[in-house]
Amino acid sequence: MALSIGQLLQKKSKTVLESWINIQLQDDGLKEELLSNQEIRKQSEEFLHSVISILKKEDSQNTESPEFEKAAEILTEISTSRAMQGYTPRETGVFVFGLKEAFLSVLEKEFKDSLVPYADSQKINKLIDALAILTFETFISSREEVILRQTSEISEISTPVIRVWDGILALPIIGTLDSARTQVVMENLLMKIVETESTIAILDISGVPAVDSLVAQHLIKTVSATRLMGAECIISGIRPEIAQTIVHLGIDLANINTKASLAHALRSAFMMLKLEVRKTVEKPKF
Amino acid sequence: MDKIPILKMGDYLLVTIQVDLYDRLALNLESDLVNMINKHSSKGVLIDISAVNIVDSFMGRILGNIAQMSKILDAHTVVVGMQPAVAITLIELGLPLSGVHTALNVEKGMTLLQEKLFLDSTVIADDTDDNT
Repeated sequence: MALSIGQLLQKKSKTVLESWINIQLQDDGLKEELLSNQEIRKQSEEFLHSVISILKKEDSQNTESPEFEKAAEILTEISTSRAMQGYTPRETGVFVFGLKEAFLSVLEKEFKDSLVPYADSQKINKLIDALAILTFETFISSREEVILRQTSEISEISTPVIRVWDGILALPIIGTLDSARTQVVMENLLMKIVETESTIAILDISGVPAVDSLVAQHLIKTVSATRLMGAECIISGIRPEIAQTIVHLGIDLANINTKASLAHALRSAFMMLKLEVRKTVEKPKF
Repeated sequence: MDKIPILKMGDYLLVTIQVDLYDRLALNLESDLVNMINKHSSKGVLIDISAVNIVDSFMGRILGNIAQMSKILDAHTVVVGMQPAVAITLIELGLPLSGVHTALNVEKGMTLLQEKLFLDSTVIADDTDDNT
């Protein structure tokens, strides 16, 4: 009696594994320095067993069976770790699709003269396709996770509040100001004002590439909030082209103290605090 | 009924709000404060809201109103110790409280009031000089 496809592949699993690993190794895109042969073998073997155990079952298309879930779990893990290590989607794809090729080539040898029964090859195709879709979903979602984490890290790093003098804070803004970022900037600034009891905050926008009406509105909001807290806000680092845009857009910055550079802002802050910077005069030696 | 105490200190009135303001309380505060300014002919009002964590548009308007009323009665209003969250909320509500002076804490608020009073008195002194 002929063996079922699951049992047949179980018997041939050694051959399948070898040819699958060969396919993976032959792919040009493989980064050997990232993944050793042993690791590929280990991952492949584990996954192969779980796939064969699905094929042995009657309802191999059932995506809710414990066998399928097991395979999905292994695949998710592999795909996530590859996404983190910076693999391309192609390399991860080769991993899954290589298995299909390996299965079919082994079956072809087995059935020699006659063709591989259509139903069986269809079964394998469907299963591998389902798993491949899963791989890409996890691959992309873990990539997105990486991007999200980086975005939040950048926004944390890029909004430092510096205490430049007793009672004077400086806040260099680098990059575009959007609503989410303004919120972070505003919160950081206000917290720091309370913490250090500063009365003057200098907002330096020389690192902001462009100012449109939205960005200007965010700036005005920040300045007003600072004023409500009882501190003065000076905006510095306005480049000529930004001054032009602001006027062309008809944005009213008349109520806001603006200075050309951080140095000027600092000087006027000193004046507000009635401080004076003076050059020490050396006494003549004789 | 709850009442927010208003303390008189020389030319100034001190109000410290220690509870979350509900509408009736805020309205009472407004009328009490205006009466007190009138009675003692105070020159400055200092409102400490450092303990207020929640604010709505009504509260924001009351603060603005108090400042305007005091101004008519020739007194300066300083709001001190606003929490960052409260400041952000007021801005998002579109209430920048433009008529109100603000300071970080009671100490700085008091200094600010004294400066304002000093400025007023010098102006008056100048005026009298001119007249003589």
